[in-house]
Amino acid sequence: MFRYWNPHIERMPVDDLRKLQEDRLRSLVRFVYAHSSFYRDRFKEAGVEPDDIKTLSDVTKLPFTQKIDLRNTYPTGMFCLPGDWVVRYHVSSGTTGKPTVVGYTQGDIDMWTDSLARALTSIGLGRGDVIQVGYGYGLFTGGLGLHYGAEKIGATVLPIGAGNTERQIELMQDLGSTAIACTPSYFLYINEVAQNMGVSIRDDTKLKVGVFGAEPWSDETRKRIEETTGIKAYDIYGTSEMSGPLFTECHLQNGIHIWADLFLIEAVDPDTGEQVEDGDRGELVVTSLDKWAFPLIRFRLGDLTIIDNEPCECGRTHPRIMRILGRTDDMIVVRGINVFPSQVESVLMRIPEVGDNYQIIVDRKGPLDVMSVEVEVTEQVFSDKIADLMILSKRVSKELKNVLNITAEVNLVEPGSIPRSMGKAKRVIDKRQV
Amino acid sequence: MVAIKQISIFMENKPGSLARVAKTLSGGGVNIRALTVAEAGDFGVIRMVVDDTAKGYQVLRDGGFTVSETDVLAVELKDVPGGLYEIAKTLGENNINMDYAYAFVTAKAERAMLIVRVDDLKGAVEVLQKAGIVIATRREVQNI
Ligand SMILES: [Zn+2]
Repeated sequence: MFRYWNPHIERMPVDDLRKLQEDRLRSLVRFVYAHSSFYRDRFKEAGVEPDDIKTLSDVTKLPFTQKIDLRNTYPTGMFCLPGDWVVRYHVSSGTTGKPTVVGYTQGDIDMWTDSLARALTSIGLGRGDVIQVGYGYGLFTGGLGLHYGAEKIGATVLPIGAGNTERQIELMQDLGSTAIACTPSYFLYINEVAQNMGVSIRDDTKLKVGVFGAEPWSDETRKRIEETTGIKAYDIYGTSEMSGPLFTECHLQNGIHIWADLFLIEAVDPDTGEQVEDGDRGELVVTSLDKWAFPLIRFRLGDLTIIDNEPCECGRTHPRIMRILGRTDDMIVVRGINVFPSQVESVLMRIPEVGDNYQIIVDRKGPLDVMSVEVEVTEQVFSDKIADLMILSKRVSKELKNVLNITAEVNLVEPGSIPRSMGKAKRVIDKRQV
Repeated sequence: MVAIKQISIFMENKPGSLARVAKTLSGGGVNIRALTVAEAGDFGVIRMVVDDTAKGYQVLRDGGFTVSETDVLAVELKDVPGGLYEIAKTLGENNINMDYAYAFVTAKAERAMLIVRVDDLKGAVEVLQKAGIVIATRREVQNI
């Protein structure tokens, strides 16, 4: 039996859903135009007025917005309601330049919570589950977002946050956590520490579900997590601009359900900005349909994905996005070839002899870019024979060449020598940008 | 069985790697009897025979090293020209492959020994003993 949090909305016929989106889009456009000089200026530049937006396809008349706009209007220049409407801020630290600030009305928080309640229900969580929230709390959206979503569905929250790994494992056992939400790389680290403590996640805990996100990860990593720990691993998506983590796959693990009554999504060609053909990969662009302190109009997320508009077998009619390959800013260009760290990861994780951690190093030798991949030698694979180790590193190198068509030197390093992360793992060291 | 246990340790070729291994062992009161380093570019393998293998293995693992144990033979090297050749020839004639070998001299400099890793341990013991070559037992190696 499939369970829904809000069956009426989640299973709404596609035509009704589009009608609802259209109504909400028209209200949104009027709202931002009336409330924000930022949007009024942008609309004027693009030569568009609220009345020009009549149907869903008119959305392409609207101007794009992007992260840089958020920085340029720091702190709250893109907000559409005065400060006394705002009940909470979240702030994400910019890796470059200024941080970005997002704000929420009480209704915006409720929308976010409701979105996650639907998502968590779709992966079978609910009353009786103990959800260990291993995302950071505070200015980062992950911790608090999951926290309220989990409480909403009647689950018990263990608000431990990121870090304190041995404690995570002790409490997981003592309080019987059935689900954990954190980054996939942190979960792999938790599993590593558990093994060192003599604890088997499969046999010594009640954990059955992982909700993993905040960094791109591959299906091969999912397979590895599920096989080594016996849990089901689900992908969760959402950026701070959109509210925070909002959407997950359903229990069928076939794409992330984006609630169409809350967000309108498009996939566009990153270079031309034109919508791509149905089923083609493009940059994800979102327009928020029920978010008011800080609404989004055609916000370019930089994440590359494919949108699938076919209703899912679970009965939900909302579009799905396929696993995010990575952000355009995560992409590394090595000798003219585009590579996402998640693609390297997917190659590595299907080689069982390779450990869970890796790091990509890009450097320039003379005029040439050189890429090397560091992987850890695990005890299971370690051989006293040099030849065996050399065969392993050659094999990894060959697989990378076969699958990604990139030449990378593979360096075997000591276990534990690649830094572990409690949040987003740093997978790429680009020494060219000094 | 006359096979003895060798400890192998994965090592990145960077300054201080070997020193860290040596320090960890001496901290655990384990003495190295024989040691060799095989390098391949960025990494290498340290192979060693110690007086207390079980303890050596444990302190290295606890110290975060990647360690494995391998069965090897400690063969006495006759202190005459051609001592090494005799061993290699005996194994080769019997189609036993020597993966690697390294020599050491006992602390009191009484004997030279050769640590040999072969692909057929049992066969090697048989043919070497038949050829009159002495193979040291675990106890003998511990007590050197
Ligand atoms: Zn579904």
